[in-house]
Amino acid sequence: MVKKRFKKRNIFLAAYLVFALLPIYWMLNMSFKTNEEIVSSFSLWPQDFTFANYITIFTDVSWYSGYINSLIYVLINMVISVGVALPAAYAFSRYRFLGDKHVFFWLLTNRMTPPAVFLLPFFQLYSTLGMMDTHIAVALAHLLFNVPLAVWILEGFMSGIPREIDETAYIDGYSFPKFFLQIFIPLIKAGVGVAAFFCFMFSWVELLLARTLTSVNAKPIVATMTRTVSASGMDWATLAAAGALTIVPGAIVIWFVRHYIAKGFAMGRV
Amino acid sequence: MSGPIKPVNQKAWWLVLPVILCVAFSAIIPLMTVVNYSVQDIISPERRVFVGVEWFMEVLRDEDLHEALFRQIQYSLSVLLIEVPLGITLALCMPAHGWKSSAVLVVVALSLLIPWNVVGTIWQIFGRADIGLLGYTLERMGVEYSYTGNATHAWITVLVMDVWHWTPLVALLAFAGLRSIPDAYYQAAQIDGASRIAVFRYIQLPKLRGVLVIAVLLRFMDSFMIYTEPFVLTGGGPGNATTFLSQYLTQKAVGQFDLGPAAAFSLIYFLIILLFSFVLYNWMQSVGTADAQEKSHG
Amino acid sequence: MALIELDLAHAYGANPQKDEDYALLPMQLRFEDGGAYALLGPSGCGKSTMLNIISGLLAPSHGTVRFDGIDVSAHSPQQRNIAQVFQFPVIYDTMTVEQNLAFPLKNRGLSPERIRQRVGEVAEMLEISHEMNRRAAGLSADQKQIISLGRGLVRPDVSAVLFDEPLTVIDPHLKWKLRRKLKQIHHELRLTLIYVTHDQIEALTFADEVVVMSRGRAVQVGRPEDLFERPAHTFVGHFIGSPGMNFLAASVDGSSLKVLDVVLTHDRNLPQGDLMLGIRPEYLEIVPPQTPESVAFEVARVQDIGTYFLVACRRGDVTLKVRMGPEMIIPTAGQTVGLRLISGRTCFYRNEELVL
Repeated sequence: MVKKRFKKRNIFLAAYLVFALLPIYWMLNMSFKTNEEIVSSFSLWPQDFTFANYITIFTDVSWYSGYINSLIYVLINMVISVGVALPAAYAFSRYRFLGDKHVFFWLLTNRMTPPAVFLLPFFQLYSTLGMMDTHIAVALAHLLFNVPLAVWILEGFMSGIPREIDETAYIDGYSFPKFFLQIFIPLIKAGVGVAAFFCFMFSWVELLLARTLTSVNAKPIVATMTRTVSASGMDWATLAAAGALTIVPGAIVIWFVRHYIAKGFAMGRV
Repeated sequence: MSGPIKPVNQKAWWLVLPVILCVAFSAIIPLMTVVNYSVQDIISPERRVFVGVEWFMEVLRDEDLHEALFRQIQYSLSVLLIEVPLGITLALCMPAHGWKSSAVLVVVALSLLIPWNVVGTIWQIFGRADIGLLGYTLERMGVEYSYTGNATHAWITVLVMDVWHWTPLVALLAFAGLRSIPDAYYQAAQIDGASRIAVFRYIQLPKLRGVLVIAVLLRFMDSFMIYTEPFVLTGGGPGNATTFLSQYLTQKAVGQFDLGPAAAFSLIYFLIILLFSFVLYNWMQSVGTADAQEKSHG
Repeated sequence: MALIELDLAHAYGANPQKDEDYALLPMQLRFEDGGAYALLGPSGCGKSTMLNIISGLLAPSHGTVRFDGIDVSAHSPQQRNIAQVFQFPVIYDTMTVEQNLAFPLKNRGLSPERIRQRVGEVAEMLEISHEMNRRAAGLSADQKQIISLGRGLVRPDVSAVLFDEPLTVIDPHLKWKLRRKLKQIHHELRLTLIYVTHDQIEALTFADEVVVMSRGRAVQVGRPEDLFERPAHTFVGHFIGSPGMNFLAASVDGSSLKVLDVVLTHDRNLPQGDLMLGIRPEYLEIVPPQTPESVAFEVARVQDIGTYFLVACRRGDVTLKVRMGPEMIIPTAGQTVGLRLISGRTCFYRNEELVL
């Protein structure tokens, strides 16, 4: 009976993995074909294997700048989000203060606001400030949903550290900044990693705000990809290659945090 | 934020200040703009008239809005009903240790890190009869599949795309929850002679409650706000068969420049999510017992 | 109720070569039917491994486990009919107390009346009958542990009840309550009970016989009194007793014993050569400094522990501890006293093993 159960579980898992990978494989498949081949014939793997599409992306400024732009604002956002979230999460985790529950809840509600609601207001705000089409604009806009998430995750991890550690440090004469940087943060390394991962994830994948706030200089890859229709019809091949490349940073990040993913997804609240 | 009693310290506000400033900048100021627009009629840049709740009334009477809302509710319910059980089942099947565990984790989590428009593009390609594996196979099987022409097909495709995209979130949360159950529980169940189903019902499911609350809330909120993926895939069509609330709002705000009603709708939209989330959260907390006490032994 | 015999060794790796590769070195142990045993030792000594082998959660890599003569080494815990209580309470949160207790019986297909009867009996014995309909999750830690125990006792044919440091999460002031309950149950049901702990008080008060373990070896098996009076190994001398035994290097030449550059006479049949002399603080006698057959020490420190005094005596770089009751005359720090090292309670060791 043990063997049968074993098999059922693995069959389901295998089926899901196929389901998960198939569409991605298909896009990969297309990315190694030429447009002509795509339009004219249908095959499970490239008949005429070519790197041409990838070369286009790596050499054409309008393409690769998209990736660079995305990476820039995502990284800026990550640093700011986690940076401001750390002290705040500490406060929520260790102290009670006037309005603490309300502020915490208000932070969560920001996660509940449809980005579409902010389209126009952001457009106006950043236009007024003269910050349209800058990386910092998108980074700041994404703070809206990333900061509450980072606070929530970090608070969960921090609450798992006993207060005695804080108290011992004070008795030993550490000032608060020194204690925080040298003792506390190393203890919640996993939490910081997870918070950074989620900030990266949600900022990297977001389209609406990123596209609204940029036009040329800070145009992210996600916006570039939504315009690949040329005179000769849809440039499927290049589009597929571009899409494949957007998965790469994500895959790398997952690989690095794979040991923390399990705990991290529950935001330390398991 | 549960646990031992925390001391009161108003100076903690200084620690929270940076966050408040950031989020206030990103949220409050824009929201003020929205509220501003929602109660005014902007006839021209110089002429603005305060109209009170007029826009709100108009929006609430809007038939199109009702339809979009109805569609959205159907969508979110379907998403929850499919993704939660599927995610839990997947988590139960995922290996817990060794290299296989890491490999499966990476493959499962992959879809979560794909930019949302790329998700739409992937399925757009996948579903076409001329260049997509799915479309091509279905056509060869004799099915007249068209996600652009047939409303039902469009719905199903958008749903399958969402399941493909977001089930891993539920699965990873459930996976984390399962890993936190100490071996002793399984050993005790073995000693008690419990069946596999009993182990799931009496040990795993209760212990998963915490993460499942997070999963259901997140999936509900995000599916209710969904924009990019269906937009890229079907553009909201055919007709407005797959036009959900976010797209409806965007159309109104950007396409038709009806700022007043758009702003009013934005606020209503936000309040709906808030209300549903609040009700959902309380309902889930009342089912079963609070196990904060258990956690302290973990 | 069963007689359990172990004749085994256990290694987690494939090809154990040295002693360090073994979690449990080859050993033979016998647990009598209806006896209360404790497996006592520090962390990592292998006691939990042994418990899991007895329960069936782990199969020994070498050797056998027998229950009433039958080889059960490959049998599951269910098949061996044992019950196990873990370090933290393991209960089914969503069920009531009654449902928790009934669960093992339901899975075995007993009739509802029989189940109710059994559950009622066990609840009575554990004094939790009044909590029967309460949701298990809402109880305190000690009550939950009692329920865990109850789930084990509820099966009428349970062969042995195994405890893996069950009082770990219990508040100190409630530990005695549970210990008393366990003794009561042992008295009433006469089940074979095996209790793993690193706390010697728990082991010595609970068990009829204690197995002292260290680094995968069963160092001594015996009644608590025997372990205290005549530890078979210096480890047992160290580990048991508060504080542990005092040890001194000594060498024997004929009927004289040289220790700490003083020569004493002895009337034992001691082997010649180097030995280790062991005497417990409780049995170390303080006498006036010039008394014959005593060694002079300087009192370094006197600690008032409350119910007794701990006097640290120093000579050179050796410090011995003496435990004195409050009714005795306590010396003061700085005073010179004599210690009678050789008495009826002194033990002698060679290569860490008791020789006399």
